[in-house]
Parts: sequence; structure tokens; C-alpha cells
Amino acid sequence: MSNFAERNFLNTPAGWKSWLVTLDHKRIGLMYLYAIMTFLAVGGLIALAIRLELLNPGSDFVTADIYNRLFTLHGAIMIFLFIIPSIPAALGNIMLPVMIGAKDVALPRLNLLSWYIFCIGAFIALYSILKGGVDTGWTFYTPYSSSTETAVIAMTFGAFILGFSSIFTGINFIVTIHKLRMPGLTWFKLPLFVWGLYATAIIQVLATPVVAITLALLIMERLWGVGIFDPAMGGDPVLFQHFFWFYSHPVVYVMILPGMGIISEVIAHFSKKRIFGYRAIAFSSLGIAFLGFLVWGHHMFTSGQSEYAAMIFSMITFFVAIPSGIKIFNWLATLYNGKITLETPMLYALIFLFTFGIGGLTGIFLGAIAVDIHLHDTYFIVAHFHYTMMGGTVMAFLGGLHYWWPKIFGRMYNETHGKISAFLIFVGFNMTFIPQFFLGSQGMPRRYYMYADRFHTLNIVSTVGSWILAAGFFLMLYYLVRSIKHGKPAGANPWGIHGLEWTTPSPVPPENFLEEPKLEHGPYDYDKFMPEKTV
Amino acid sequence: MSHPAHLQHHFSDSQQQHESSKLGMWLFLVTEVLMFGGLFCAYAILRAWYPEMFFHAHKVLDVMMGSVNTVVLITSSLTMALSIHAIQNNNQKAGVKYLTVTLILASVFLIIKYFEYSHKIHLGQLPGKFYTFTGIEGNNPHLFFSMYFLMTGLHGIHVVGGMAVIYWMMRRMKRGEFSSEYYTPVEIVGLFWHLVDLIWIFLFPLFYLIG
Amino acid sequence: MSTHSSPYHIIPFKTYITVFTALLVLTVVTVAVSFVDLGSYNLVIAMLVASIKASLVAMFFMHLYYDNKLNLIIFLTSLLFLAIFIIFIMFDTMTRDNIYKIKAGPINPSAKIYDNQKSSEGGTGH
Repeated sequence: MSNFAERNFLNTPAGWKSWLVTLDHKRIGLMYLYAIMTFLAVGGLIALAIRLELLNPGSDFVTADIYNRLFTLHGAIMIFLFIIPSIPAALGNIMLPVMIGAKDVALPRLNLLSWYIFCIGAFIALYSILKGGVDTGWTFYTPYSSSTETAVIAMTFGAFILGFSSIFTGINFIVTIHKLRMPGLTWFKLPLFVWGLYATAIIQVLATPVVAITLALLIMERLWGVGIFDPAMGGDPVLFQHFFWFYSHPVVYVMILPGMGIISEVIAHFSKKRIFGYRAIAFSSLGIAFLGFLVWGHHMFTSGQSEYAAMIFSMITFFVAIPSGIKIFNWLATLYNGKITLETPMLYALIFLFTFGIGGLTGIFLGAIAVDIHLHDTYFIVAHFHYTMMGGTVMAFLGGLHYWWPKIFGRMYNETHGKISAFLIFVGFNMTFIPQFFLGSQGMPRRYYMYADRFHTLNIVSTVGSWILAAGFFLMLYYLVRSIKHGKPAGANPWGIHGLEWTTPSPVPPENFLEEPKLEHGPYDYDKFMPEKTV
Repeated sequence: MSHPAHLQHHFSDSQQQHESSKLGMWLFLVTEVLMFGGLFCAYAILRAWYPEMFFHAHKVLDVMMGSVNTVVLITSSLTMALSIHAIQNNNQKAGVKYLTVTLILASVFLIIKYFEYSHKIHLGQLPGKFYTFTGIEGNNPHLFFSMYFLMTGLHGIHVVGGMAVIYWMMRRMKRGEFSSEYYTPVEIVGLFWHLVDLIWIFLFPLFYLIG
Repeated sequence: MSTHSSPYHIIPFKTYITVFTALLVLTVVTVAVSFVDLGSYNLVIAMLVASIKASLVAMFFMHLYYDNKLNLIIFLTSLLFLAIFIIFIMFDTMTRDNIYKIKAGPINPSAKIYDNQKSSEGGTGH
């Protein structure tokens, strides 16, 4: 058998037009992947510009107004256009049906619709740049967002539409996981990535509609002055923050939960060991999803919300550490005594453990009201959420991308390049953001284009770090693109691991499996049977 | 086993497809509940802050019109359910008839709503900064009309959307696309329509019947 | 055909009519009660009646009573999260100012933006 499937979803049916109307989850997922990688690049370049401006304390090459637009764009693009769809809509879409032995997602037309809605939403959001950009920050807090002259309506309307794309993906995944698992694949035989996607989808369905109505209300506020968020008219600006964070806090778990799913997969498979505490990891995903709905007020400790509410939100915030800790400890226990091989996906998993550990623990500091009052709106927050979002989700996404890359394109990337790039990203990332913890605790506020001279040294370190980080990403772009044509054929199972997706040829055939998949053992049964490597 | 035309390739049988579509629709209804939930939440807070104003402001709404509309919408819900009942018994003709009645009732609802709206617009009982009416005691009466127009307006958009899909179902049923074997789209549209009714069941007492 | 034709439950016509009648009666009840002054119980009764009506619609018109129980669980979940949403926010908006009074005011009263505001207010005053 050839190591490269000549007839695969990439070339069957042929012609670019067949992509536009495709119902194949793999093609839709791949189109999502291209889109989000583009937005990652755009958002990343904006981040580099921001860091460049912050190299020196004074005003270098952008004005305050431009700077406000830059960080708003960076946040909005990264959150709404990259990180929310990154793992579920791209990698999840491609892999989920294959991992559960299904031919497609349950609602393929809804899947295609979600892709087109994503495109429309993205265009509308980017159109706001042509109209001069937005300067509110990605959180669009009222009353500033309802009074600023910038293109808030275009941006929020774009985000409103993007929300429906996210909802449809979520609905699709829940139905798929409930109804399309292959015969015999019971809930506790599912790969943990599927559990992660399931928990994610629940949040997408429950939280996203609230942000839709929130942004709609903000648009109404601007168009008709309905006054619900306007204190001068008897409304309440803090209410906007409640509405916004009821969505946006759970949504950080939309970002991290599928990432944790990838980490569970990678750590188990690259330790060649049955995962430790399967049920604990599965249920902790649901636990995080549920607790995530009860803690949104910790974004609002300085907003003037009631002290009682703040105390309760603070207390529940600490509880989130329990399921997160359960996961971390189970991963560490899985590593223990495993036959660990340090290929690129595993490197990202280990980076994740380190960086997400820091991100999670600093989250506990910030959950404490007294500490938060001091650190609120400083660079400490910036560093914290980059450690969770980038050190967590993006590292997991990159791990998943490298992990499934041979399955998607049928070819291996250059492993040495992969390792160098992972190293550069790790060093660059920490160099960029560790200084920001110090800057923040010393009192450097976020969202200003100038800063006091005493913060200069650490800002230089941070900016140089961002360059190393960028170098890592450029190297990755090079070797990944190169591998599509020139990589070694990967074969069905390049890593020599368990999982239904590794039993079908690479790249995946259009119907996912050439013959009905057979379920012979669980997803992590390395003690029973060791699959063979095909590369 | 034969392979029915309506069955998509990735499902193993009609029942699996039917159950999947319905599950998907219920999940969509969840998002509808939470989307309206945002408005209900805003309503709850504003009413708790300004109870007297809400009481005085609600008197300008016409209970008679609201009640009639409630009955109209409940009846349309019944005819929607009956059209599914008819198609379950393979009676396409009755199914189309019930859908037509549903559409007529939905139009009646919108017409009554139109009269209510135009009356208020005429008097300046409008949301937010457009509010020019002066006859209501209490603080910030414009907020009552903000909530009224936002909630009934969003509901009205759903009525219009519901009518569009009901009309589509009616056309397809006329063409004979549905039978007792396959009527999933009608049932899904029905679920949507009942939700529109459900939301009105709460909007009605919250705006028209403040004691 | 006859053995396989109805995997779906068919609810008797009579049930629909009974539920419809109940909905009409409850509508009359809720309108009637609203004209009697019961203080805060008016709202409680109105919401109670609306909930009963909504349950009837969901259970019978939407078939939840007969359906796969998963659909019922999903629908109830939406209500649970809606309750969380509203209760937590009400808890904040109803208990503000209970410990510390919120005093709004500029951190730096001589800041430039406040000067601008004063002058523009003065302009409209004349």
C-alpha cells in the first residue's frame, strides 16, 4: 500500500468550485484553518507594531489615536476571528467525525452555512478598519462605546454575525457527538479531545446568544439612544459589562477547553501510555464549562458592582482551579513512567503545561478581590491572559496542528525545523510576557502608547522577545507550507499511536473511511496493543 | 432495506436523521431563549429599579389588543401543531390548510401590532431619546418604551421570520414533499413557531398586565 | 410499512384541543387577576400562570412530554442558565451601595477634560 492516499478529500471532487459548495466537514474545516491562520498573521503583525511602539517610552511612530485602534483591532481579530474558531471550527471540524467513526458532522449544510456566516462577519468586522477603526478595546465598554465617533457599529455588527457562526458549529458538534458515534463507541470510549469539544460546544450554545443581544443592544444604543446602558437616562453601564462577560468569560473556556482536549491526546499518545484518570479529565471539562458561567463578575471588581456580588464571584473563581488542577495533575501522572518521545506536538504539549500553569496560577491571584484592585488594568492582566490564551490555547492549537498535519495533508513537515521553531516560540513568548508581569505589578497601566521612563528596560526585553516569537512563527510558516508539496509521505499512522483517525489513510479519503471502521480497543489502550509507525 | 430519497448519506436510517435534526433545533431554541433572556434580564432590573414608573407606563398599553393577540398567537400555535398532526396521518391537504390558517393568524397578529405601534409613535411614546410623551408619572418612562419596543420588536422579527419559513413549508407540502415517513422540516419549523408563542406568553403579562 | 411507518409518536387530536382550551382559560384567568390589586402577588401569579401556559405549549404542542428526554433536558438547561444569568445580575444591581457608597467623581478635578465640560455647560446655560 502506498504511503500517500492518491484519492483524498483534498483532490476529490476536483476543481476549486467544488470547495465553495462542499458539505465535507474536512474541506470546511480546512477553509476555516486557512482563514484563521491568515487572521493569526494579521493580528500578530498588529501585535508586533504595538510592541514596536512600546520599545521606547515616548511616542515613536503612532499617535495615541492610532495606538487605541491598533490594540482594539489586535484584540478583536485575535479573539473573534482567530482564537474562538481556531480549535473547534478548524481542527475540530476536520477531526471530530473521523475520531468518532462518522462519515460527516450531523448537519453538514449548517456547517457550510456557519463558514459563510464567518466570512460575512469577518468582512463586516474588517470593514470597520476602512471606516477608521475602533478605539474602544475589544470589550466595547459603554458608555464610551456608545459615544465614540469610531466605527463601533461595523465592528460589533461583525462580531454579532460571527457569533452565529460559532453557535452553528456548537450545535453541530453536540448533535454529532450525541447521534453519530459509531456503533459501540460509548461515551467513555471517546477520545478526550471529543469531550473537550463537547464541553466547548455547550458553552458556545449557551453563552454566545447573550453576546449577540448585548452587541445588538449596543448598536440600538448608538442608533436610537435606547438608554439601557446610559446612566444619564436611568440605565446602567455596568449592566453592559455583566452582559458582555456573561458571554466573554465562558468564552475563554471555549478557547481553552478544546486546547486541553488536544493536550490530553498528545500527552497520552506521545507517552505511549493509557491516560491517567480518563473520567476525571472528561468530567473536569464539563465542570470547567459549568463553573465558567458563574464567575464572570471577576472581570468587574473595579466597576462599581455590589461588594456582595464581587465576593461571591471571587469565591467561585477559586473553584475553577479545582477542575483545572485535576487536569494538570492527571497529565503529569500520565507522563510519569511513560515512553515519552519528544516530537514537535509533544514539545508544544510540554510548553503548554509550563505556560498554562503560569497563566492559571496568576488567574488565582487576580480572582482575589484585594489583589485585583491593585492589578486591574495593568500589564499584569495583559501578561496573565496572554499566558492563558497564547500560552494555553495557541500552544495547544500549534500542538494539534503539528499532531494532525500529516493526517490532513498526508505529508510530514521537517521535524528539526519544527523543534527549532517550537524552541523559538517558547523563548520568545516567555521573554515577551514575563516582563509584563513585573511591569504590571509595578503599576504600568495597559492600553497607553507611552509610559514612564522607569519601565523602559523591561519593555525593551518584551519587544525583543516579540521578535524572537515572530521568527519562530515565520520559520513555522516556511516549513509547514513547504511540507505540503515536498514532505515525506506520512502514511496512515505516522506517530504509531491509537485513535480511529490513524486507521484511515492520509490524507483522509472523502468518505473518511474506506471500509466501515472497526472498534477493537479504547483510545488509549497501549497496555493491550502497540500500533506500528508508518513513516 | 431501501434507501429513502430524503435520507442523507451520513445517517444510517431516517429515525437517526429525524432525531438529529430535532436535537439541533432544540439547541437552536436554547440560543433563542438566552438571546431573549438578555432582554428579560434588562427588563427585570429596570422594573425592579423603577416599579412605579412601570406601573404608570403600562396603562398606556391596550389590554384588549394584547389579549386578542395572545389568543391569536395561541390559536396559530394550535393550527401549527395540527398541521403536523395531519401530515403524521399522511393528510397533506389538511396539513396545507392548517398551515394557511397559521399564516393568516400570524398576519392578524402583525396587523394588530401595527395599530399598536403606530398609535404609540403618533403619541411620541417612543424608546430612549425619541420619547416625547409627557403624561406618565415616575422616573425615566422612556425606558419602559425602550424595553417595550425592543422586546416586542425582536419578537415581531421572529414572527416575520417564522411566517417566511411556514410559507416555505406550505409550498413544499403542496408539492407533496412530505408524508408520514418524512416531515422533519415541518416539525422543526413548528418548534420554532411554538417558541415564538412561548415568548409572547411571557411578554404579554410583563407589559400589559402589571398589577 | 405499517410496522415501520410510525417511529414517531402521534398525539391524539383530542389532546391538542384540550390543551388549547386550557391555554385559553388560563389567558382569561391571568387577564382577570391583573385587575385585582394583590400587591406584589400580582407579578407572582402572572408569572406562575405564564409558566403553566408555557409548560403546556412545550409539553404538548412541542411534544416534549413524548419525545426523547434529551430534548427536555436541553430545554431545561437553557432555563437554568437563564436563571443564573438573571439572578446573579439582580443580586448585583439590588445590593449596590450596601457596604460602601459609590461616590462618582473625577480622580483629578483639575484635569483638562473637566475644564472643557464646564465651559461647554456654561455655554448652553447662557
